[in-house]
Amino acid sequence: MDLVTLWFWLIALTFTLYFFLEGFDFGVDILRPTLARNEAEERALTGTIGPFWDGNEVWIIAAAGLMFSTFPIWYGAVFSGLYPVFVAILLALLLRGVSFEYRNQVDQQRWRDFWDWMSFLGSVVPSFLWGVVMAKIIEGLAVDEDSRVVSPFTDLFSPFALVGGCATLLLFVLHGANFLLLRLHQDTPLHARARRAALGWGALATVAILAFVVMGYVTEGLFEDFGVLPWLFPVAAFLTLASIWLALTLRRDTLAFTMSGLTILFATVTVFIALFTRGVVLPSTLDPAFSLTLQESASQHYTLVLMTWVGAIFLPLIIGYQIWNYYVFRERVRPDEGALDRGY
Amino acid sequence: MDVVELSRFQFASTSIFHFFFVSLTVGLAFLIAVMETFAFVRSDRRELYGKMTNFFGHLFLINFAVGVVTGIVQEFQFGMNWSEYSYFVGNIFGVPLALEVLMAFFLESTFIGLWWFGKDRLKPWMRLGAIWLVAVGTQISAFWIVLANAWMHHPVGYEVVDGQARLTDFGAVVFNYKAWLYFAHVQGSAWVIAGFFVLGISAFHLLRRQDTDVFARSLRIGLVFAAVGTVFSVVSGHTEAQVAREDQPMKFAAMEAQWETSESPAPWSLVALIDQEARENTVSLEIPYVGSILAYNSLEGRYDGINQIEEQYDEAYGEGDYTPPVAWVYWSFRIMVAIGSLLLATAFLGLFLWWRRRGELDRTRWFLRVLVLLIPLPWIANFTGWMVTEMGRQPFMVYGLLTVEEGVSANSFGEVLTGLVGLWIVYLALIGLDVYLLTVTARAGIHRTPEAQLIAAPAPSYEGSGFQGYERKG
Ligand code: HDD
Ligand code: HEM
Ligand code: HEM
Repeated sequence: MDLVTLWFWLIALTFTLYFFLEGFDFGVDILRPTLARNEAEERALTGTIGPFWDGNEVWIIAAAGLMFSTFPIWYGAVFSGLYPVFVAILLALLLRGVSFEYRNQVDQQRWRDFWDWMSFLGSVVPSFLWGVVMAKIIEGLAVDEDSRVVSPFTDLFSPFALVGGCATLLLFVLHGANFLLLRLHQDTPLHARARRAALGWGALATVAILAFVVMGYVTEGLFEDFGVLPWLFPVAAFLTLASIWLALTLRRDTLAFTMSGLTILFATVTVFIALFTRGVVLPSTLDPAFSLTLQESASQHYTLVLMTWVGAIFLPLIIGYQIWNYYVFRERVRPDEGALDRGY
Repeated sequence: MDVVELSRFQFASTSIFHFFFVSLTVGLAFLIAVMETFAFVRSDRRELYGKMTNFFGHLFLINFAVGVVTGIVQEFQFGMNWSEYSYFVGNIFGVPLALEVLMAFFLESTFIGLWWFGKDRLKPWMRLGAIWLVAVGTQISAFWIVLANAWMHHPVGYEVVDGQARLTDFGAVVFNYKAWLYFAHVQGSAWVIAGFFVLGISAFHLLRRQDTDVFARSLRIGLVFAAVGTVFSVVSGHTEAQVAREDQPMKFAAMEAQWETSESPAPWSLVALIDQEARENTVSLEIPYVGSILAYNSLEGRYDGINQIEEQYDEAYGEGDYTPPVAWVYWSFRIMVAIGSLLLATAFLGLFLWWRRRGELDRTRWFLRVLVLLIPLPWIANFTGWMVTEMGRQPFMVYGLLTVEEGVSANSFGEVLTGLVGLWIVYLALIGLDVYLLTVTARAGIHRTPEAQLIAAPAPSYEGSGFQGYERKG
């Protein structure tokens, strides 16, 4: 495997990790208003992701930074081409990020309600828009002969992109519910509610993923050049998702979480395979000849060598200490009414 | 206004907002690590240092949150607004940026949680290790980003092939003298901000005679920090000016509003009325010799004026307008230097009072009042400092290689404007909240029980708790 291919897949890996990790913390924030019945429960829900969300979020910063250094044209084209989408994602992440810290700084219900809204919206918007981004990357943008993207605003929301957005949104909600099953105390009502939510949202997510896959085949013809097993990854994504209800009814919570994680993995890999088999990183909707190709978008060899060393040293290290972080906070959370009076 | 100017304005404002928060983060992380080290080592004063660490740690967290979220904008906007630039420099510039993420951001974001939420479940040495890793992480982050920025001011280790800069020598990029110089100065400025922040808050409580045992000590830690930081800023800043005279002569001439080549010995202008159109100063109040001292550490020596350099640049880079906004650069530089000198004097006056009056320092009310008033000044110095650096290099984005106009994305005016308005609204709200919450929390002092925190990991109260683990180890 040459370095360009290696880096293409490493970037796929950072996106996958990002969707896997931040997927569940978005999900928890989205579910909170419907699951929590009182202040103690709200805090318990936030507590399940409190020590993790920041570390999860850095994976998208890593994805952007690594794209910049290893595929600068791709980075520039995607980020400028989807400008309004990224502005919306940024605004959402700005408000959501501070809501964790600020919600409990002032003891007023209105203040808390405000930040609850921010963390809800701040999670819904990016969850939806990341699906749009992924769909647009395989569908292509109006790339002209100078590799500049000149897509008008209205182009950004094709039917395929909207379905993609619904798919990620619902998938993340389901993933969040499954995560809660692992993080909440089993004998709390909150835990039972989370299971019901997982079943309900799981059904919707399955429909959305199915729609996404079918559209990919039928209207977009995306998977035509998929090679030997064109259907393997999209279908695997669908099957793992469909199997979740079984795991949930059998109360195999770890299995359910693993399955929603695998669905995210397969779905993301599908996007990157759809690009890889065509040898492009961003198709052009104006003329296929203008598409950004894998080889030509990459950085020079020296930079890739350098980045490979950097990645080889730091990626394992980061994954290692992040796992340790999850290990330290492995204890399950239970809502604690008494804690409210004691000042925490 | 066109897309280029809008994008410039956006980059400038988001960076300034970001730096508003992170300069405090970078300095305060270190101060808190030092406080926690005291708590770890001084078993006789454990409770006292524990309170101090928790109190300033809480302030740190409030500010940290905003630094993090505004940083994401920074990372995305190169691609969003400067895609041509990203293409031009990606081979080189992307590397330090990626290194920053992999070496620093993961480290900080993971260990900050472990440090704060892990108070009741980690061993004391691990907790201490966690805060030190955060402190080191902020330094690494500052280093790589400033290195990337310095490369734009002084490109090294590259060749330009087919309209793209290609890396030839990464060693040269890392050991770019300009980068180390900028890093030293940014470092100094962060210490100054954090030092005077701690000084001001300590002085506020000492004036009210609350918890004097805690705040008398934090005042002294702050004094040492502020003194080191100001010396660092002044020395490195002076060197930066001299280096700019050599490798960015236009910036240096603009800092001095020197239109024509100076005499030798060169005077230093204290106040000037600048007319950019006519390319002259209508009024200039000058002090003899100081210009030569600034430029050469010597009583003689002349330097080129803007008009002469403009001709040289026309020849080197083709006809064009290479004069930066002189008044901005000139005044920003003067404000920064004035503040730097004032803060240096204050820090050393404080050390002197401490030496002469010992414990009486805590009751020297006029000095304490001055400290409270000084809190905002380091931020102004920071802002003006970046104005000098970044405006002084206009119209170049990468000095001598790429102008700002060439770097911008093919976005529409409406898109960029809408984005900019959205960002400004949110940023103004965030800066307001940050200042408000910091003020309220700082004034409330160490007896306020921190408001409800996350249940998974309850926050310790300030009263030395979270430090009980220290006793257990026996
Ligand atoms: C990595 C590179 C980098 C870094 C670390 C910084 N800047 Fe910068 N700055 C740029 C890269 C840059 C740029 C991309 O090159 C800009 C955008 C447009 C331009 O003219 O230069 C710029 C413009 C720019 C301007 C506007 C100049 C003008 O348009 O006249 C200001 C005032 C600042 N920046 C201030 C800052 C501040 C406060 C920073 C601290 C965080 C900062 N810069 C860090
Ligand atoms: C334009 C240049 C810059 C970019 C692209 C950038 C990028 C970022 C990003 C993405 C984050 C969020 C990290 C997280 O989520 O944890 C961040 C935070 C931070 N940045 Fe910047 N930054 C820039 C300028 C600076 C400068 C000049 C400094 C200091 C000298 C600095 C120091 C920090 C610090 C201390 C944080 C705090 C929190 C953290 O790292 O988690 N940054 N920056
Ligand atoms: C008398 C003391 C000082 C002098 C002579 C001085 C000098 C300078 C010079 C010449 C530059 C521009 C460097 C260049 O673009 O090549 C600069 C930039 C800057 N200054 Fe200062 N400075 C002083 C004090 C301070 C203080 C006290 C602070 C903040 C607390 C500060 C913050 C900054 C910042 C943030 C920059 C931009 C980053 C950089 O270019 O390093 N300065 N200073």
